[in-house]
Amino acid sequence: MSDTTTARTGWHDWLITNEPASRRQARLGQTYRQWLAFRRNPAAMIGLAIVLLLLLVAAFAPLIAPHDPIAQALDQRLLPPSATYWFGTDSLGRDIFSRVVYGTRVTLVIVLLVVVTVGPIGLLIGCAAGYLGGWVDVVLMRITDVFLAFPRLVLALAFVAALGPGLENAVIAIAFTAWPPYARVARAETLVIRNADYIAAVRLQGASQWRIVWKHVVPMCMPSLIVRSTLDMAGIILTAAGLGFLGLGAQPPIPEWGAMISAGREQIFDQWWVATFPGIAICVVALGFNLLGDGLRDVMDAR
Amino acid sequence: MAAAGKSWAGHGIHWGRIATRELSTVAITIFGLLLVTFLIARVMPIDPVLAVVGDRAPADVYERARLDLGLDKPLWHQFAIYIGKVFSGDLGTSVLTAQKVTDDIKTVFPATLELATLGTLIGVLIGVPFGIIAAVYQGRWPDQIARVVGLLGYSVPVFWVGLMGLLLFYAKLGWVAGPGRISVVWQDYVTPVTGIIMLDAAMQGEWDAFWDAFSHLVLPASVLGLLSIAYMSRMTRSFMINELQQQYVIAARVKGLSEFRVVWRHALRNAIVPLVTVIALSYMHLLEGSVLTETIFAWPGLGRYLTNALLNADMNAVLGGTLVVGAVFIAVNLFSDMIGRLADPRTR
Amino acid sequence: MSDQPLLEVDNLRVNFHTPTGIVRAVRGLSFALGRERLGIVGESGSGKSMTGRAILDLIPHPGEVLADGMRYRGQDLLTMDKRARRKLRGRHISMVMQDPKFSLNPVQTVGQQIAEAYRVHHKASSREAKERSLAMLEAVQIREPARVYELYPHEVSGGMGQRVMIAMMLIAEPDVLIADEPTSALDVTVQLQILKIMDDLVTSRGMGLIFISHDLHLVQSFCDRVIVMYGGKAMETLPAAELADESARARRHPYTLGLLGCLPDLDHPKAELATLKRDPAWLA
Repeated sequence: MSDTTTARTGWHDWLITNEPASRRQARLGQTYRQWLAFRRNPAAMIGLAIVLLLLLVAAFAPLIAPHDPIAQALDQRLLPPSATYWFGTDSLGRDIFSRVVYGTRVTLVIVLLVVVTVGPIGLLIGCAAGYLGGWVDVVLMRITDVFLAFPRLVLALAFVAALGPGLENAVIAIAFTAWPPYARVARAETLVIRNADYIAAVRLQGASQWRIVWKHVVPMCMPSLIVRSTLDMAGIILTAAGLGFLGLGAQPPIPEWGAMISAGREQIFDQWWVATFPGIAICVVALGFNLLGDGLRDVMDAR
Repeated sequence: MAAAGKSWAGHGIHWGRIATRELSTVAITIFGLLLVTFLIARVMPIDPVLAVVGDRAPADVYERARLDLGLDKPLWHQFAIYIGKVFSGDLGTSVLTAQKVTDDIKTVFPATLELATLGTLIGVLIGVPFGIIAAVYQGRWPDQIARVVGLLGYSVPVFWVGLMGLLLFYAKLGWVAGPGRISVVWQDYVTPVTGIIMLDAAMQGEWDAFWDAFSHLVLPASVLGLLSIAYMSRMTRSFMINELQQQYVIAARVKGLSEFRVVWRHALRNAIVPLVTVIALSYMHLLEGSVLTETIFAWPGLGRYLTNALLNADMNAVLGGTLVVGAVFIAVNLFSDMIGRLADPRTR
Repeated sequence: MSDQPLLEVDNLRVNFHTPTGIVRAVRGLSFALGRERLGIVGESGSGKSMTGRAILDLIPHPGEVLADGMRYRGQDLLTMDKRARRKLRGRHISMVMQDPKFSLNPVQTVGQQIAEAYRVHHKASSREAKERSLAMLEAVQIREPARVYELYPHEVSGGMGQRVMIAMMLIAEPDVLIADEPTSALDVTVQLQILKIMDDLVTSRGMGLIFISHDLHLVQSFCDRVIVMYGGKAMETLPAAELADESARARRHPYTLGLLGCLPDLDHPKAELATLKRDPAWLA
């Protein structure tokens, strides 16, 4: 017992030492300190728990869901919440709880696809604009401004209308409208870093442009971008749900939360549960990402 | 003193340069806006000719309509024609309403304006004080509450909150009126002048109609306001925290000013400069949020007009609506920039 | 009664509780201030600024101020409530800060800021306050007070900004002025001018001055007495004249000698300046 505690404090001391012996120790120590700070923030920990829960539910959806999310049972239509149907059933007799559970998968797919496309694009454009400067900067930022001049949802709507409704097109439309803020953040960071003295020092040592951008500028932009994208995930979820609600996102019978709310809209005054539970699911997940992102910002992006 | 003199003399040139830069930015942005809407219309898998002539038109009618629309010309030429039309105030005719898109927008826009303005007002009046208190008590419980409430506002889908609001305040409690902008009874009582019903009703002394309109407006505006509160309080908090760390705040305390005066007169006065931009941004977000809110509340505004047009492939209406929203965005941005400059003596 | 000190500080400690432990910014500082010019020198982080802030009750939130005694003209500051401490600020104890570029409110005219400082403590009409402010601007040797009154901080130079700052902090006629690096942000050419103005006002009004600086030469030429601080503690307190006194070297604390040793001296040029040596035992 006493052995494990000394081992633990040994690790602890090694990690938080003020005189790290290696670069790796310094980096691990930094991460460990951030984790310690993060752990003290209860709201952020709740956010982390929600996001982990989302991942687990999505992974084990077939085990958790008591019913088939798609199979219709017209004799079981619009039943209120009960022991069999925890969240009740919808107008086609499908179990709403099971549909909410499977909906985590749809939500996760959308969020991940958007972030995976948008992050690198924003990083590339922002770093290029900020580091190269000159006309590259002017052109790229003008394009960014044009996209920022559109309301995001309206632009996404117009895109989906052009491409046709569907999950993939919704993802493309959201990604298409989501990148400008990332580019802005990356550019702002790059500008600060580019003029920093330590970059001048690296340049004096003869490092190539690519090495400077890749080894120094990009890593410094990462914290802001990670924070930004975590906070953005909630926005992506809401936009996707909005598209689903308007019938332009995932198509039936895919259990998408926004579309489920839309389906419950007609019965809102009589069968409140149909629209209520998917909405709560959206709120919880979006809040989870927001709390997580907010906590991350506090520890990673002190500015 | 020489430095001070120079900056006085420099004022005229300064303003001229800013105006030129702003105008060129706006021109480029508007051009981009037109280009993007145009391209969306062209990649759209909907045949614009069929939309005009119907799908059972004979080939020669179809062909004539195609030539009328200029679709045989090269893309850049079509774009030039499109720009020309937009600038002469011609956004085409809506298939859905069979009216000019410009006329349609003139009737729906005031409704959205009314909604978004009240929403922003709610957001500013509640969100800003909230953010200030959070900043003053940074890290303590008022801050935690403000933080969670703010994040909650960022996490709820507007359309869902709208539905829940209707369920609770209209169906269950009966505190507010249901969907729509005004009850049928009062429909024709008020002659539209500004198009903003509450304003028109008040000017014409139709107070019953005024209150009816108000009771219709209050729920959707509050739903939008909720979004705005979240955004405003977070931004206000971060601006105020930044200001409260400044040296001049300490100097104000050294002078012996009360904490109230330090916060509300000194720090807030400085935070207003960036806040103006944020209020404008929030206003724009609400114009956007109104797309979904208007659908829920059957609010006859631009958002619902746009969605209807989209769902029915009414291309002229879609493009016109998108363009107008984009243009409003640019205008609000420009306006807030100007106010921001005026609020700051360093850029005045 | 006349020899009662203006300010007495006994075993002052300022602690900050941080996640990684307690940071002790000031660890047991004692001094008494009469109608004199007391210098506090030390490196950055030696706790000299925190001392000034602690006297004014302006230590930010997680910090705590402890002392065995802290009295202004016999009034116990430790038992005084926040409100009473605030009434003391500006009116009785005031502070000139380092950089006028940051310590003047950028969106108010300098005149408004000076007049405000007067009106917090004196019942006065805005006309009266303005007249007072103009007179005060004249007292800090600003040539066109009426014009400067209407200027915004970004429209005045650093030296003029600091004169405005002095005017603002002295208009309520305090007895004690804390000057926290008042000339560090200024051009060398105007530093002496500012010091002269401040000195004249302090002397003619019979005030007590706490002059916080990292600049030994400045403190030596400007102050009557000097406290040398290191790591939140006073290494020694000595008459300013003795700093330059070669014959008193033997009596000096090694840290003071170290500080003196790493200053360049035109009369006795050295090939290489000494590096400051610090001994953890001093903080024990």
